[in-house]
Parts: sequence; C-alpha cells; structure tokens
Amino acid sequence: MAILRRLFLTATLAAAIAAPAAAQQSITVASTTSTEQSGLFGHLLPAFRAATGIEVKVVALGTGQALDVGRRGDADVVFVHDQAAEEKFVAEGFGMKRIPVMYNDFVIVGPGDDPAKAAGKDTLEALRKIAAAKAPFVSRGDKSGTHAAELRYWQRAGLDLAAIRSDWYREIGQGMGPALNASSAANAYVLTDRATWLAFRNRGQLRILVEGDVRLFNQYGVILVDPKRHPHVKTEAGQRFIDWLISPAGQQGIAAYRIGGEQLFFPNAPR
Amino acid sequence: MNLPLRIAGLVVEAGGRRVLDGIDLEIATRGITAVIGPNGAGKSTLLRALDGLVAPSAGRIGHGRDGAGPPPRRAFVFQRTALLRASVARNVALALEAEAVPAAEARARVAHALARVGLADRAQDAARRLSGGEQQRVAFARAWARAPELLLLDEPTASLDPATTEEIERLVVALRDAGTKILLVSHNLGQVGRLAEDVVVLAAGRVAEHGPVGTVFRRPATQAARAYLQGELPWQSFDASS
Amino acid sequence: MLATLSEAIALLSSLDPSVAGIAALSLRVSLAATAIGCAIGIPAGAFLAIARFPGRGAAIVALNALMGLPAVVVGLVIYLALSRSGPLGHLGLLFTPAAMVAAQAVLVTPLVAALSRQIVEDADAELGEQLRSLGLSAWRRVRALLLDVRFSLAVAVLAAFGRAIAEVGAVLVVGGNIAGHTRTMTTAISLETQKGDLALALALGIVLLGLVLVVNAAAAALRAHALRRHG
Repeated sequence: MAILRRLFLTATLAAAIAAPAAAQQSITVASTTSTEQSGLFGHLLPAFRAATGIEVKVVALGTGQALDVGRRGDADVVFVHDQAAEEKFVAEGFGMKRIPVMYNDFVIVGPGDDPAKAAGKDTLEALRKIAAAKAPFVSRGDKSGTHAAELRYWQRAGLDLAAIRSDWYREIGQGMGPALNASSAANAYVLTDRATWLAFRNRGQLRILVEGDVRLFNQYGVILVDPKRHPHVKTEAGQRFIDWLISPAGQQGIAAYRIGGEQLFFPNAPR
Repeated sequence: MNLPLRIAGLVVEAGGRRVLDGIDLEIATRGITAVIGPNGAGKSTLLRALDGLVAPSAGRIGHGRDGAGPPPRRAFVFQRTALLRASVARNVALALEAEAVPAAEARARVAHALARVGLADRAQDAARRLSGGEQQRVAFARAWARAPELLLLDEPTASLDPATTEEIERLVVALRDAGTKILLVSHNLGQVGRLAEDVVVLAAGRVAEHGPVGTVFRRPATQAARAYLQGELPWQSFDASS
Repeated sequence: MLATLSEAIALLSSLDPSVAGIAALSLRVSLAATAIGCAIGIPAGAFLAIARFPGRGAAIVALNALMGLPAVVVGLVIYLALSRSGPLGHLGLLFTPAAMVAAQAVLVTPLVAALSRQIVEDADAELGEQLRSLGLSAWRRVRALLLDVRFSLAVAVLAAFGRAIAEVGAVLVVGGNIAGHTRTMTTAISLETQKGDLALALALGIVLLGLVLVVNAAAAALRAHALRRHG
C-alpha cells in the first residue's frame, strides 16, 4: 500500500535526522545570551574540544530561563551571571556547587547628546538623573542576570521603580541584542554588559556614558546540574568542562578573547 | 444471467418528496428497453436505484427467475462522463480495478475496449482534453471492458451532435448484439424508436405504461403517456378510443 | 534601509561556509516535517472528505482552525513534552533536529489535512457518483480522487513546506539554536538581528528565499515532466 510505504520512508528519514550526530561525547550547557552573542563561546569551545574531545552544545537564553532549563534537567551545566539566583539554584538542590569563573562589567549606554546628563562614573546618580528627566530607558524585563542587576541598581539608587515608571521606561521582555536594537531605534538609555555592546553592530547614535563604577562588576558562575535530581546528567563530562574553565588553560582562553583589541571577560576563578 | 429484473413497489425519497412512488416493473432479459417521461418523473433515479447508487426506502429489486439471484454485472454511462486528470487508458482501467484483474490482462482488456470504440490511437492522450463525443466513447470503452450483463444509459447522447450521436448509437447496438441487456433513458424519441424494443413511460414517480415501442408510440393507452408523447410527436394522430 | 540592503548583497559573496551547513539543516528539517505532514495529512484529509459520520462538520471546523496554530505555542508544548522533566523526557530528544522535525510536523500536518480535505471533497462532488458506479470501494475511490487532484495537492504540499521553512518560533524553542547542531536559517537570522548585524541577517534572508525558490522551481519542473508523460 502506497501510504504505508510513504509512512515507512518518512519514519526512516526522520530517524536519520534524529540519529546522534557523532559517536563522540557531548554535553549541553545552558548559558546566557551575553556569552553566546559576544562570541566568547565561539572562541573558547574549540580549544576545549581539542583538549578533551568533548563537544559542548550551548543553549543560549536569559539567566532565568537558563536556570529553569537546568531545573528541568535539560542541560548538564549552567553558566550564568546572577549570584543570588545561582545560590538559590544550588540551595534548592538542583546544582552541585557554584564556582565563580570570570566577570565582565556592565555599562550604561545612551544617546550621543546625553539629554539627561547621565555621563560619569556613578551608576546610581545616572539612574536618578534619567528618572528625573524621564528620558527614554529600555529594560530587558526578562528575568535575566542583566535585568536582575538593573532592578538592584534602581533600588540602591533609592528609586521606587513601580511608582516612577511610565512611558519613558520600556520593558521589552527580550534579550540584550533586541534591547540594544530597541535603544538604538528610540535613542534611549540602556544597561548592557560590555561584551555584548562591543560585539553589537547596530549602534545608531548610542555610546557608552557610564562605566568604571565598581558596582557595575558582573560575576559569572558555573554549576553542574545535580545528578541526584536528574540521573541522566553527564556528570563526568560536565565536571571536566567546569574543571577546564577554571584551569589555567581555560582562564587564559577567557582572557585572550578580544574584540577590537579590547578584552571582554576577566577570569577570576579561585585558585 | 441474472435477469429478468423484477421491481416491486420501489420507493425512493429525496429532499422530503417521493421521487419514485411505487415502481412495479419486470424487465426482460434481452434487448434494449427505453425509459421515457417528463422531467422529474424519476427516470434517472430509477437507473441509479438499479445501480445501487441510491438506496430505496421501500420495495425490492429481484434478480433471476426466482428473484433471489445475485445482482447482475453492471455498467453505467452518464450524460456527461466524469474523467480523471489522467490518460484515456488509465481512465478505462479504472473500470477493471474493482475486479482485481491481473495487470497484463487488464492492459489487454483496456486496449481491446479502446479499439472497439475507435480510440486506440488516443490511449495515452489526456482524457479531459477529448471532445464530448470522444469522452462518451471513453465511457463506453469502460462499459465494454467490464462486459456487463446490464448496461444503464442516462441520456448518453443528449450533449452530442447528430453525427457523434450516430456513432454512439452504433456502439449501443453492438453491445446489445453482444448479449448485454440495456436500459436507455432518453428524451430523443427518434433514438428510442431506432434502438428500443420496448418502452417504459414514467410519470410522477410511477410506471404509466410499459409495452412494445411501436404500440406505445402509435396508440398510447394512458393519458400520461399520451400527454408526454404529444409534446414530441404532434403530427401523429391517436386512436380516439380511450 | 537601502544601505543595509546593498551591504547585505555585498555580503552574499563572502558568506561563511558554515551557512551551507545551516541551510542544509533547514532543508532537512523542513523537508522531513513536510513529508511526515503529507504521510499523515493527505490520507486523513481524504478520509474526512468522503466519510460521513456524526460530528463531521465539527471535525472540519476544528481542523481548519488548527491551521492557525501559533508556531511558538507548538514549540512550547513540544518542549514541555520532550523536556527531561516531561512525559517523553527519556527519549532525550530535546535540543536535537529530531525535536525540530516533530514540532514542524505538528505545525504542518493540519495544514496539509485541511487543504487536502477541501480539494478531495470538491473532486468527490464532481467524480464521486461515477466512481461509485464503477463499483470501486471507498479506498479505491480515494486513490482515484487523489490521482485526479495531484496537482492541487502539490500546491498544498508546497504551502506546507513554506510554512515549515519560514517559521522560527517552534524550532527556536525546541532546538535551542545550538551552533553547529540546531541552528537553522531562521534562527540564525533571528540571532544576527538580535546581535544588531542587520546586513548579515538580511543576507541570510536572501539565501533562505533563494532556497525556497529552488524548491518551488524543482516542484514546477517535476509537474511539467509529469504533465508531459501522463496528461
């Protein structure tokens, strides 16, 4: 019967696609858009594969989503930048142990003519000025590490965001790239990590206005998903990835990654 | 042979009305029987009921001497034949699919049938691009390939010109001579006179009259038959008695 | 806009070789999904066209409505099903091309079935009675009708393929846009747009359109060939 034949053919076809890509080992790492879109993984992972033969498959999402993927057991390792959320992840029993790996910094980027006069080294003062001027500000609004940091800054600046926000505060619920695109289009202020900004091509009239504030320091941590929770997790290979990241080879690899001669990420794993 | 056909009390309903309102008829085993009558009399419905295309709500159709035999092998030719978007040969082969004929034999029977209707050289042409007359010949090729015991024709030449009509009529006669019983619905009384031995006059879902063609045409016994025939044959004079 | 467009066209000649791999994945996933959609959708649609049963009208309405399934919703549901914490987690299919095929197949099957149903039903209105008078069983009648409408069905299949290869919501969620494994043309375009590299995104878009054109041209050539042979 023609139909059974067709069904069989398509099932085989689908199976051919579903067949494992290679016999080599692989792990799944849930990470953030900043590490992916800045090109760090493109630079780092080939070195890891050359050293260990392990293929790393990176699913790049916001920090909140990445941790959720880890909770569901759909990744072996999570690599994000929100210390509070990471520690909660471990405390809830989803992760083994949180290990710091590297940091980069946030910057506040805004319109070239700086209508709110926010430029300088003081993040909190800049936010107060932006709020006072009701200058357009784009927020990721996506439970990412960057979004969490942004909310902390508003709070530490003594501003009640819920009370003061109106049309000037635009929450787009998306990643860093779309947030920068939106800011570029609206000539708005936005908090971004330096790495994504350096790799971003559609800047329009935006430029860095606030940087160098110690408070803008953005720490990344890596966690192995707990096999007690999800027995299928590739513990051994995942642990080798973490070990490599904090080894001298991995740490130097991180430091060596540059865009336009500028270093994006600063390794700081405990020795 | 599973004839004669004995139809008793056949009722077919459609859209809330009785299209066939109690048909009682016995159809002989040989020759061509015509079915005539005004529009809406139920002629097409009668053919469809005999082919199993519509289900009766009452009455029965009996086959064979004792009325309990299996239905005869049948074929049906419509006024306009529906053809697939495929070759002529493929369309004729459709008629043999129900019989699970082995492929080689099927090809032979299709070729023979196409030759019989004069379409042998059109076998691989697109069936839909044939003329009306050629398409009707494809329908007859289908009928021929099935070698039916009963052939039902529903106004087969109504859309055709006189020359093509003549070709089709020759095919009908050939089939009759080959032993097929033919039921012919037609408005063309000249055709009926040429081809049929007996004629059934249907009116308002009932049999008004059934008899030899010559008799019914020259001396219709019922008012219904006379009224229908008068519309077609105004120059005939009728026996004033009755 | 013109500047970005001309930059995009200039990029076409110097595209990274990895684009070929991404394009190949897009084709494999969407072709497989379309094949599955046809294997299920055409018989289902044909059956629904000629069968008569209580609730048939409601089934047709539901099927037509499924054509409007949002891709991202389908992606989310399949993600939840294939997640390790979900009912089919043990299959380990999340973030693989197989998951993407499955999601697109779910998107595409109702489209094929709904269109097939209408196409076959229209043909049945024209041919059905005469096919029955040839003594054909329901199964043989469906085959004859499918033969008759094969060119209209081909367009329905192309519509299904178009929907599959153009969508980004489902494959992004279930595939994860993993570089070298589950990155398709549409997810790559989405990524480059997010990174602000609009010229590259547009260039990839042009490549994708080219791919779709090639597939449609191939289908047209096949049809012309079939027409010449079979009429």
